[in-house]
Formats: sequence, C-alpha cells, structure tokens
Amino acid sequence: MLELALKGSPRYWGWLFFLAILITAGVITYLYQFQIGLGITGMSRDVSWGLYIGQFTFLVGVAASAVTIVLPYYLHNYKKYGRIAVIGEFLAVPSILMCMLFIFVDLGQPMRVLNVLLHPTPNSVMFYDMIVLSGYLILNLLCGWVILMSEKKGAPPPRWIKPFLYIAICWAPSIHIVTAFLYQGLPGRDYWMTAIMAAKFLSSAFASGPSLLVILCMLVRKFTNFDPGKEAIQNLAKTAAYFLLVTIAFYLFEVFTAFYSGITSHQYSIIYLFKGLEGYSKLVPVMSICVLLAAIGVLILVTPPLRKWEVTLAIGAASTFLCMWLEKGITLVVGGFIPNPFDRVFEYWPTIPETIITLGVWSFGFFVLTILYKIASSVKEKAVFDKYGEKQVKA
Amino acid sequence: MYDGGKIIFGLIIFLVLVTLPFTLSIGKDYTKVNPKIDTPEIMKLPETERKCVESKDFMRKEHMKMLIEWRDAVVRDGKTLYVNSQGKTFNMSLQNTCMQCHSNKSKFCDECHNYVKVKPYCWDCHIEPKENIKKEAAL
Amino acid sequence: MSNINRREFLKILGIGTFMGLGGWSIFEVVGKGEIEAFVEKYKKAPEALQAKRWAMVIDLKKLDQKIIHDCTEVCHRIHNVPKILNPKEEIKWIWEEKFKNAFPEMKDDYMSPEIKNMPVLVLCNHCENPPCVRVCPTKATFKRKDGIVMMDMHRCIGCRFCMAGCPYGARSFNWRDPRQYVKNENPEFPFRMKGVVEKCTFCYERLDRGLPPACVEASKGAIMYGDITDPNSEIRKILSSNFAIRRKAKLGTKPSVYYLL
Repeated sequence: MLELALKGSPRYWGWLFFLAILITAGVITYLYQFQIGLGITGMSRDVSWGLYIGQFTFLVGVAASAVTIVLPYYLHNYKKYGRIAVIGEFLAVPSILMCMLFIFVDLGQPMRVLNVLLHPTPNSVMFYDMIVLSGYLILNLLCGWVILMSEKKGAPPPRWIKPFLYIAICWAPSIHIVTAFLYQGLPGRDYWMTAIMAAKFLSSAFASGPSLLVILCMLVRKFTNFDPGKEAIQNLAKTAAYFLLVTIAFYLFEVFTAFYSGITSHQYSIIYLFKGLEGYSKLVPVMSICVLLAAIGVLILVTPPLRKWEVTLAIGAASTFLCMWLEKGITLVVGGFIPNPFDRVFEYWPTIPETIITLGVWSFGFFVLTILYKIASSVKEKAVFDKYGEKQVKA
Repeated sequence: MYDGGKIIFGLIIFLVLVTLPFTLSIGKDYTKVNPKIDTPEIMKLPETERKCVESKDFMRKEHMKMLIEWRDAVVRDGKTLYVNSQGKTFNMSLQNTCMQCHSNKSKFCDECHNYVKVKPYCWDCHIEPKENIKKEAAL
Repeated sequence: MSNINRREFLKILGIGTFMGLGGWSIFEVVGKGEIEAFVEKYKKAPEALQAKRWAMVIDLKKLDQKIIHDCTEVCHRIHNVPKILNPKEEIKWIWEEKFKNAFPEMKDDYMSPEIKNMPVLVLCNHCENPPCVRVCPTKATFKRKDGIVMMDMHRCIGCRFCMAGCPYGARSFNWRDPRQYVKNENPEFPFRMKGVVEKCTFCYERLDRGLPPACVEASKGAIMYGDITDPNSEIRKILSSNFAIRRKAKLGTKPSVYYLL
C-alpha cells in the first residue's frame, strides 16, 4: 500500500517538502543542542522540565483519543465511524512517534537511552510508560494497516485482528493514565499531586483529540475525494464538547480543593498561573488566552446551531485544541515547578532553539500523518465510487 | 528485467559505498600501533615489580570488561579493593591506580583507541594525568 | 537408587541445574588450575566506615558564616563541583539557605527576622524512602546498603525525573559541559559530563577510605554524623536529648538529615 504515498499532486509534494524543511531545521538545531547540552533551552535547575515534556504529555493524550472513534465503532457498532476509524488509528501513530521523539530530545544523555531496557526498573513509572507507548504504537499501526489493506482488497477484515482491536481499545486509556502517574505520584509538587490528574488527563485528551480529528476530517474532505461524512464530524464535535466541559469541571474541582481547604502550598501554582506570584507573571498571558479559548470552545461546541455550522465548528474545534495544548503542553508542566522547593519563583520561557526543535518534531509528526492519511484517503476514495454506495467493504 | 539499467546503476553505487573503507586507504601508509609502557613511574620500579594488576595478555584482551566491573564494584557496591589472581590487593581507581603508573594517556590509551576508532567516554569525566597535557602543549 | 521417588529425583535435578548455572564459571577456572579465583575478587577496604544507615545532625546554633563557607567550599572543591554563577544552571551539593526557605511550611508572620533569616546548610537528605530512587528509570540513582542515596553518573540518561521527584531541590543537572567552570580541580576525583544529574553523595568515597564526610570535618562540630540505627552512636544520643526537625517530614520520605534549633 505504501506505493499510494508516492503518487500525489504537486500540492501534496509541496506540503511534504515544506515539512521536510522544518524537520531539517529541527535536526540541525538538535545537533547544536547535542553538542552544547540542554543549556540551550529555557529549562533550569528549578524548572527542570519544559516545552519538550509538555508536548510529550499533550501528545500522549492525542494518541489516546483515537479510542473516541474506535470504541463506538467496534464495541457499539456505530456505523457512521466506520469510514473514519482508520483516521483515528492513523492519528495515534504519529502522535506516539512524536511522544517518543520529545522524550528523546529531552534527554541529557540520549546515547544512553537504551539503559532503560538494559536496566529495567519496574518501580519507575517511566518503565511502564515505555511499555505502554510502544505497545500502543504497534497496536494502532497493525489495526489501521490490516483493516485498510482488507478494504483495499474489498474483503472483510480478517478475524484474527478482532482481539487486537479490543486490546487497543483497553490500551488507549492506559497510556494516558500511566503518563498522569508520572506526575501525580511525586511528593512535594502540589499542583500535580492530585488524584484527579489521571481523570483530567483523559478528559482533556478526549476533548483535544476529537477536536483535532474534526479539523483533520474537514481538511481530508477539502483536499481529497474522500468524505469522512458530515454526521461523523458532528459526533466528534459532540464528544469534544462533553469532554471539554468535564475537563473544565475537573479543573474547577482542583481550584475548589486548593482554595476551600485553605492549604496555601496547593494554591501557589494556581495563583502563579492566573495572577502571578511575587511579581512573576510570565505565564499569566498564556493562561488568560487558554481561558478565552476554552470559553470560545464551550460556546461554539455546546450551542447546537454554532456547532452545526461548519465555519464556526472549525473555529470551536481549533479553540478547544489550542486551549488544551496551552494547558497541558506548557502551563501544567511549568506551573508544577513553581514555586520551587525553597518557596522561590524561578520562571521559565522556551528559547528559540528549543522552539525550533519542538517545531521540527511536530513537523515530523505531520509528515508521517500526511503520508498515512494519503494512503488511507487513496484507498477510501476508491471505495466511495463503489457501487455499494455507503458500504465500504464487500460483505 | 524491468528497469535493468536503474538496478545495475543502483548496485554499482552500493558497491562503491560498501568498499569505500578499503578504497579510501589505498596508497596510505600502514601505521603500526605501538602503545608505550615506559613511563618514568613504571621505570622507577624494580624490574620484578613492573607488573600490572593482571598479566599483560589478560589486560590487553580484558581491560575494558575489567574497568566496567571495577566501576560497578566501586560505585554500586562500595567495594574499593581488587584482589588479583596472585592474591595481591589493589585500590580500584582509574585515576588513582591505573593512571598513576600509566601516566602517558596519549601513548598508552589513545594509541590503540585512535587506531581502531573507538572513543571510550572515560575522559569526559575522569581527569587524565597532567604530564600528558604538558607534553601535548609542547608539541 | 531404587528408593529415590519422583519428587526427590526432581529435587536433585533442580539443585543440580541450579548449581550448574551458578557454578560453571568455577569449573572453567579450576580447569586452568587457578584456585585463587575462589577468593572474593572485590572487597571493601578494611578501614571503610560502615553503618546500617548513615545520618547527619546539623546544629544550627553552631553555624556561622565561616563554617558555612568552609563546608560548602571544601565539598565543592574536593568533588570538582563547577562554580556556575548563572542561577539557571547552578550546581550545588551543599549550600546555604535562609530558615524560611529551607523550612517554608514553618513560615509565620510573627517569627523574628533573626530566625526567619537564620542560615541553614542544606544538602541531599539521603531519605530512607527516597522518591528520586523510586522514579529513576535506570537505577542510576539508588540506595546503598548503608542508606546513602548514590548517583551512578555512568548510567544516568539525564531524564531529570529525579529532579521532579525530589521535594528538597537537592539535585542539579549539568546543562552544559561543567569542566570549564572548575578551577583548581581535585585530581583524585572525577568531573561530571554534560547531561547528567548530580548531588551530594555523603562522601561515600571518603567513608569507603575510613574518613568522615568532608563537611563534617570542616564544620568544627556543627555537623555530626553516624549510624542512626545504632542506639549508642553519637547522633542517637544527641537526638534523644535534643529537639530536632527534618525538612518536609510530612511527605514520608524520612530524611536522614536532622536540624537542631
């Protein structure tokens, strides 16, 4: 099927070329980081994780959100998602690849990364994260590929794939729960050490993932002859709406606990993010934008006419996605480190090289995504002209 | 054969690339490695005492494994003494034992390591003997 | 032979296999006639100081600027700790904090400024239940049998999970090559390379040679150390007759560094 990725319009090649340039910029900047060390980033002794680990955390969520399509389709036989199941699975693949790359670029001694396998340490959550991430990558690649392959041949998917589909469904939440455990099991980081972290991770993932899928489906429809279906898009938007509300609620629960209990150490990070602490307020604009985007997202996705009109829907989905990205990709990680263990504020802001490397990894993700979607849409385009109409697969 | 020309062209490129290490060294002098163990520290010792912790043959073959074992014993188990096959005891330390005698890192370590293009990361952290640096600066 | 039943046969078979697995290297050596191999190859030095769990008591009443300076200086000098002035990339093993920063949970509006700003020496607490060890994915940081929380710089991949896990800010990361920031290197101790985490190691290299930690030696009696599991040790006597506090004890990490007020 890979040959399908080699035949494309000039626009397709142009887009890939554009991404390749960004990837190259990222690789060159990474070589610079490799030479000098992580000192070229904005991270410090006090804020020892930054943009990289933030992106990793956020993208694990995007990867896990494939389950919002796969579960209704395979477990509840929700036919409308039949067309886009592979779109979800193929979103998970580059997301996981990006996660792995973000961990890699964050390592101080990347050449020793295999020490994680050489000296397996089951008491470290990182150990389980490695297992679940690689497992999820393989499962999604396998399921997506096999089903698309059978679709291309016009045959029903083979029986043996079924157990893998069900395992993948159960596996999806696990990757994000384990990622939350990286944070919520650390003593002395009050912003993270809360049982709702795993739940909030899942809910924000199921808001950001489907809203990205809405946008991706619209793009696929615009640029290819494959139509994911209006109803599927609408349903994804509904999923995003519910989980956006749940995420906001979870955040407010956390605010309530911190402020009603009056325990000041639980309040500091929240105060820092929304108001600034001791005169330091670099992340206040980020958090304000985040709140604004959440408001736009809620307004559009919850109001039926605005959700149904696809122009506003696109804006709503983009706002939701960006809101979750700012929350999980930047403020969650940095906010947890402020104030430091000595009750001092030391701020963080990404540097230009750090941003270029981050952009490079994202471009790589989109590069893989484009190729996978090109293959999927080329297969699906043919299925649309099938005389069976709605049916994608010969029974 | 479909695309025969292309395939043969590809094969030729492949062959050129694979044989590059050999073709590139054509006409170059054959350098003989000659690690030196005649440091002043060693020469000071009486002839009978001029022995490493294990036999020359063992050290030549196994020094890398031994250094890793030493490292783990000292750092991870807190064991600092090595009892060699003769029953003699040594303090396990690259900086404070090995390099005290082998004070000529460039002629002792680098000589072979450069030849076989291995770059052990010992010296990223461990401090090499001082005389060595002076000599290099003089050259 | 006839009285061996199946169960016993399996037992012998199992034991035989086990011995074989563990012992085949011995046969190889015996074959060469080197009986010395039976002697343990790696040994602790006879002069090494040993304990079930090392701990430290820092008497804040006895600390003055000179002692604080001497302790930090000697530690950082003998361990080749780089002096990086940029607070973003600072590396510290033992250093001075104000009381209100070292013990933020004890902050009180009516606390006298003298106490609030009283100098405190802080270092790795060598916790009995160390979160950094729990989170490390490669066992690069680990707890020795004597309670010291150690760093294996050869193994650290630089993921900095331990820095997020440590509630005491005791860990520093080498954001770039530290070598150029070390003046007057100690030729007996290594540097670190870029991309690894480092911290106080309770002077394991000195204990293994029978010497007390360098800061204890330089502190003129302000810092005491010993085996906290030994009821007759000096520090146990001090702890049983004085009021001592530990940093963030409520987190359950069980720090091994005590402070006398």
